Amino acid sequence: MQKRRTALYAAALLLGSSLAAQAQSTLRIGLAEDPDILDPSLARTYVGRIVFSSICDKLFDINEKLEVIPQLALSRETSADGLSVTIKLRPGVKFHDGEPLDAEAAKYSLERHMTIQGSFRKPELASVDHVEVVDPLTVKLVLKAPFSPLIAQLTDRAGMMVSPKAAKAAGDKFGLGPVCAGPYKFVERVQQDRIVVEKFADYWNKQNVSIDRIVYRPIPDSTVRLANLKSGQLDLIERALATDIKDIQSNPKLKLATALELGYQGITINVGKGDKSKGPLGQDKRVRQAFDLAIDRAAINEVVFNGNFVPGNQWVSPANPFYQETMPVRPRDVAKAKKLLAEAGVKTPVTVDLMVPNNPETRAVSELVQGMTAEAGFDVKIRVTEFATSLNEAEQGNFQAYILRWSGRTDPDGNLYTFVKSGSPQNYSFYTNADLDKQLEESRSKDGVPTRKAIYTGITKTLLEDLPIIYLYHQRHLIVHTDKLSGYVQAPDGMIRVVGLKLAQ
Amino acid sequence: MIGLLARRLLQLIPTIFLVSVIIFSLQHLLPGDPALIMAGEEKDPEVIAQIRAQYHLDQPIVLQYLYWVKGVFVGDLGESMRLKQPISELIAQKLPVTLQLASMAMVIALVIGVGMGVLSAVKKGTGWDAAANLFALWGISTPNFWLGIMMIFLFSVQLGWLPASGFVSPFENLSQSLKASIMPAFVLGNSIAGVLMRHTRGAMLQALQSDYVRTARAKGLHEPRVVLHHAMRNALTPIITLGALEFGTLLSGAVLTEQIFSIPGFGKLIVDAVLNRDYAVVQGVVLVTSAVYIVLNLLADIGYILANPRLRA
Repeated sequence: MQKRRTALYAAALLLGSSLAAQAQSTLRIGLAEDPDILDPSLARTYVGRIVFSSICDKLFDINEKLEVIPQLALSRETSADGLSVTIKLRPGVKFHDGEPLDAEAAKYSLERHMTIQGSFRKPELASVDHVEVVDPLTVKLVLKAPFSPLIAQLTDRAGMMVSPKAAKAAGDKFGLGPVCAGPYKFVERVQQDRIVVEKFADYWNKQNVSIDRIVYRPIPDSTVRLANLKSGQLDLIERALATDIKDIQSNPKLKLATALELGYQGITINVGKGDKSKGPLGQDKRVRQAFDLAIDRAAINEVVFNGNFVPGNQWVSPANPFYQETMPVRPRDVAKAKKLLAEAGVKTPVTVDLMVPNNPETRAVSELVQGMTAEAGFDVKIRVTEFATSLNEAEQGNFQAYILRWSGRTDPDGNLYTFVKSGSPQNYSFYTNADLDKQLEESRSKDGVPTRKAIYTGITKTLLEDLPIIYLYHQRHLIVHTDKLSGYVQAPDGMIRVVGLKLAQ
Repeated sequence: MIGLLARRLLQLIPTIFLVSVIIFSLQHLLPGDPALIMAGEEKDPEVIAQIRAQYHLDQPIVLQYLYWVKGVFVGDLGESMRLKQPISELIAQKLPVTLQLASMAMVIALVIGVGMGVLSAVKKGTGWDAAANLFALWGISTPNFWLGIMMIFLFSVQLGWLPASGFVSPFENLSQSLKASIMPAFVLGNSIAGVLMRHTRGAMLQALQSDYVRTARAKGLHEPRVVLHHAMRNALTPIITLGALEFGTLLSGAVLTEQIFSIPGFGKLIVDAVLNRDYAVVQGVVLVTSAVYIVLNLLADIGYILANPRLRA
């Protein structure tokens, strides 16, 4: 009898342990949108980059302090003339299909980014003339001209390495089943429902990967996303609302991770295209200065975002190493604004056609701007416009002012150059300034924070005077997860990095 | 009967052709340039030009239409610009989801709506009638998104009985599948039930007052038989019409409800496509749903004939 009981216990124990071995840990992440195609060369959305964080490692990465750190590469060296960058690769790295990541593969990936039809990486790598293999683990990027923001590009999609074998086989359908060298490999995707990835056994940093699977689920409504987290259907969500922060912090089972974004929210003013630019706002910088002075950024932050964001006046946030501390946010000054309008000799109220992409937060901000500037002598007409339509209107110069958000780039150049350089694709102000253009080119050719920051001082001064863009504030990335998840650290780029995470059962 | 069917099927062709021309042209009236939105945040001019060429966006609209129709004839609905996936594949993925949700919602609507409509007509003027009317009014006037969010808070967050969102295929796990879709199906069914109830009640009241019902009662038939067999059958015509229309609407995707419960059906597909100006996806989905709509109307016509033999002549 005793024997039988022991045998039974043993059997039960065995069964139990095998069940435990089978129990897989799954991290379920709620995304705010459905990502576009998962091909590092052809992808264009922010939310897609979040998914890439688990599938495709990059040559370099950034940390919480915005420093460039090695990932698939070990080191980099820029030549004295700035015309070439030599990158040493990490040895022993494999792609998900078992192919080795060597210099040939890196050269292939970079060339694919630069040449495949429809590549969004092409402009990002436009400074690269060609790529050379130096030895099996070293590549050299030969540049057309010195270009300091290049390394920052390699910390994002342009630095993602793809398996040459898989990419050649799949062509432009590679994104339906990406094969990279990240901690997780792609399993399946159901459009608008889920993207599933599983732990890659041969990952170069596998000792720091403990969760077996990750399921990404797009849930566009932020209230529902949070409800899913609270009810236990999700373990982590991105882009929570600032107005939900109190609720989140009062819930002992939820943890909030935040970081100040790299981007900004601002008002772009049409100073150079079509009839809409001909009004006093577009033609006279004093009128723009008056508009700027009439806005109380701190009040916007308090009223719309419960004081959780950071007021700003430059293209990088006050926390960024490139922020010009000598030119801080000016306090609201209605008297001075009125004086400037009087000096400009314009008839008040000055009407302003303000185009606002349709979402609750930007609408609220625009209403505050309307009220604040009315006191100084402006009559802002808010035109709420669906986003795709607003882009078209902007392109045609069919607006006087346009509330526009930029998600931000690691290198400050990515927040600046294409927005204010004469004739650049994103220069929706249609602002031209030959002097500034020269300084912008110079800033790109120089390396090192102090040197570049010194050049930016002059640029900032000009921009704060001319105000083609009135920068308003910087958001915080708001990531919420359950207390079962540990090891989560938020970087300023808003990405969800999954290496080092642990999930308690 | 067969002649009628054949005639109706033939009518499908010009209708679908017209629908296709209308969607195509309406869509191109939308402001917003697909190439611009596809070009991502950077909007590199070279990338934009390349997208225009690849999807024939740089050609006259008539030519673009012909390119598309040519594809449709050989069963190729085109490719999503945003996802690089064939549209027929996307539709094949979404149709079962929408079909399941719509069918469940319809069953809920029919059971509640027709049941309560009959009850309130038979018990006219009593508390039952008042209660049923109140329910109908509630169903019609409650916004779906509000009811959806409230249900999520109650059944998922507070009680933890049902998953807050998502979709599980019934072939994968039937009970999980029902659990995941019962809330959205109820939200959808609830609003239709109200409308159905009102129509059923009206039709039943009329039928119950007619001479043949008096005759049936005079013959000494049991009341349930009088109500269900004699009165109900005549009252079915408007219910079938309405049911088919409502079902057709459900199949074209319940945008708000799908959004709240994050169900990957037609509604979400088409909203994402419109917002991203993914023209080909919108065209493909609308084409398929309008065909389904027309077929459902045809089925409703057949339904009338089955329910009411007098229409067979």
